[in-house]
Amino acid sequence: MNFLEIENLRKDFGGGSGVRRFDIAVERGEFISFLGPSGCGKTTTLRMIAGFEQPTSGAIRVEGRDVVALRPNQRNIGMVFQSYALFPNMTVAQNIAFGLKIARRPQDEIKRRVDEMLAMIKLPSLSGRYPYQLSGGQQQRVALARALAGKPQLLLLDEPLSALDAKIRASLRGEIRDLQRRLGITTIYVTHDQEEALAMSDRIVVMNEGRTEQIGAPFEIYNRPATRFVASFVGTLNVLTGTITDADRGAVRIDDHEIRLGAPVAGAKVGEARSFALRPEAAAISAPREGDNIMRGAIEDVSFLGAIVRVKVRFKDHVISLDTFNNSAHAPPGRGDPATVSFAPADVQLLAGGQA
Amino acid sequence: MKSSRLGPWLAIAIGAIYFVTPLIATFEFSLRMKRGEYSFEAYRVILGDPRFQASFGYSALIAVATIILGVALVAPTAYWIEYKLRPLRPVVEFITLLPLVIPAIVLVFGYLRTYNSSSLIPFTANPRATDLLLTFGYVTLSLPYMYRAVDTGLRSIDVRTLTEAALSLGAGWGAILIKVILPNVRVAILSGAFLTFAIVIGEFTLASLLDRPAFGPYLQLIGANRAYEPSALAIIAFFITWAAMGLIQLFGHDRRAAMTGR
Repeated sequence: MNFLEIENLRKDFGGGSGVRRFDIAVERGEFISFLGPSGCGKTTTLRMIAGFEQPTSGAIRVEGRDVVALRPNQRNIGMVFQSYALFPNMTVAQNIAFGLKIARRPQDEIKRRVDEMLAMIKLPSLSGRYPYQLSGGQQQRVALARALAGKPQLLLLDEPLSALDAKIRASLRGEIRDLQRRLGITTIYVTHDQEEALAMSDRIVVMNEGRTEQIGAPFEIYNRPATRFVASFVGTLNVLTGTITDADRGAVRIDDHEIRLGAPVAGAKVGEARSFALRPEAAAISAPREGDNIMRGAIEDVSFLGAIVRVKVRFKDHVISLDTFNNSAHAPPGRGDPATVSFAPADVQLLAGGQA
Repeated sequence: MKSSRLGPWLAIAIGAIYFVTPLIATFEFSLRMKRGEYSFEAYRVILGDPRFQASFGYSALIAVATIILGVALVAPTAYWIEYKLRPLRPVVEFITLLPLVIPAIVLVFGYLRTYNSSSLIPFTANPRATDLLLTFGYVTLSLPYMYRAVDTGLRSIDVRTLTEAALSLGAGWGAILIKVILPNVRVAILSGAFLTFAIVIGEFTLASLLDRPAFGPYLQLIGANRAYEPSALAIIAFFITWAAMGLIQLFGHDRRAAMTGR
């Protein structure tokens, strides 16, 4: 039996559908991220799991028990909010102890647990401070400790790092993941930051307009996007539109170049227009390997990003953006220079629903 | 002084003169009870008057009851509107503003008509029940101030997220309100409480027409029959009101300092 099962979950709002049909089965100890743009339904889904929103229909089962009818304070689900939501009138220790006091745990147990939590978040000396005396990162650590103090069966995090600066975000990301692995707590993490989702998750649920676009491991989501939306939302992507010249051979004409795909295009007819995806790191302007596709164009733009140099090459109707590593021995190419772009047939992904 | 600065200073000076001159005149007059010399005789007479002590004590007690009832009514209402029923806010704001446009005399005649001794709910049949009716009346009169103060406090905190955080930690509505929400709007509630106190202490119409021995009717009685004592009373009443305002500032400042660490 899966630890968390969500079936046919739907939430209708006045104007339209918040979440259309959401299904997922989560194993105990898994770290799942809901990834998508604003308004895609990821937070609404999380809030339905927490009990703050009532689903229009569908079931949410935790260890086989349907929790939809339970109030949020009966679900034993810990939650961490984007705005920390620490109680301003309470010290760090009082914030962490809040849930334990509500549960009427013995005083010595509360003290022991608070000390454990403070040690866990590496802030044992700040127990007497008020939230306003802490930095954003410290506040979010305390919020995490508070959510975990009562040993919830499920941990929900609603964009917990988005209010923090980039450096703190990166370090806290690692700390949250380490903590989650150590405690083995099943976690649902909502974010619109693809890097965060890719770095932290066991699986990612990519959502768009209230619908699930794809569920998969980060490697799968990034390298084998199921839909055009996933391909464009996760990572940077070149979307190319071409016409089929030989479906069985996987041959396609893009601008004035004929390129090969890694596999035949099943069911396509000659002359049919299709969309394809090519990751920037899959293309190169160095010497092509045998069997690579080759397209000749001119450099349109060069962005020096430090370790990476992002080059845009213009063809007739398309621009391909590609990433190369910085090489201190060679200056980046100049704008207007001719360029030969090469990429392996297997790196060109046919997009589902990609009929252009 | 530059001419650009002269205008504001002039406006402040005119405002101050307009405000302070009558006060100084009243205070000066209140000191003239003894012929040929300034003294606090009028204050001694007033403060020594048992009717002053009794009426002030009565009004203070009714004010405390009004504050308790007002907070118990307004705080959960304003909280629930902020948390769940935001579309209803304009309606509730309109209702809470009604006491400002409906005169107290209309209110008290309505009470007397509805709750007289021969009615179904005879609040005016005995003094204690009339005290209760007076308290209800004061809760209504102070509603615009109490609601606005509490509502402003609630808007300054993230009620929804704090409530949801407490809910996810297992808290029920009572615990959320008492342990999380009210402590964070303490200053707002105190502001509403002091404003209510200032209103109740000087109120005349309700107390007089309900025939209760409150401070307002005592002020009127002294004003109608004495020469110097009314001025002394006016200064005392003014001092009480300003002490209430000062306490709002004091508590507000302490809390702001605590929240910002300054």
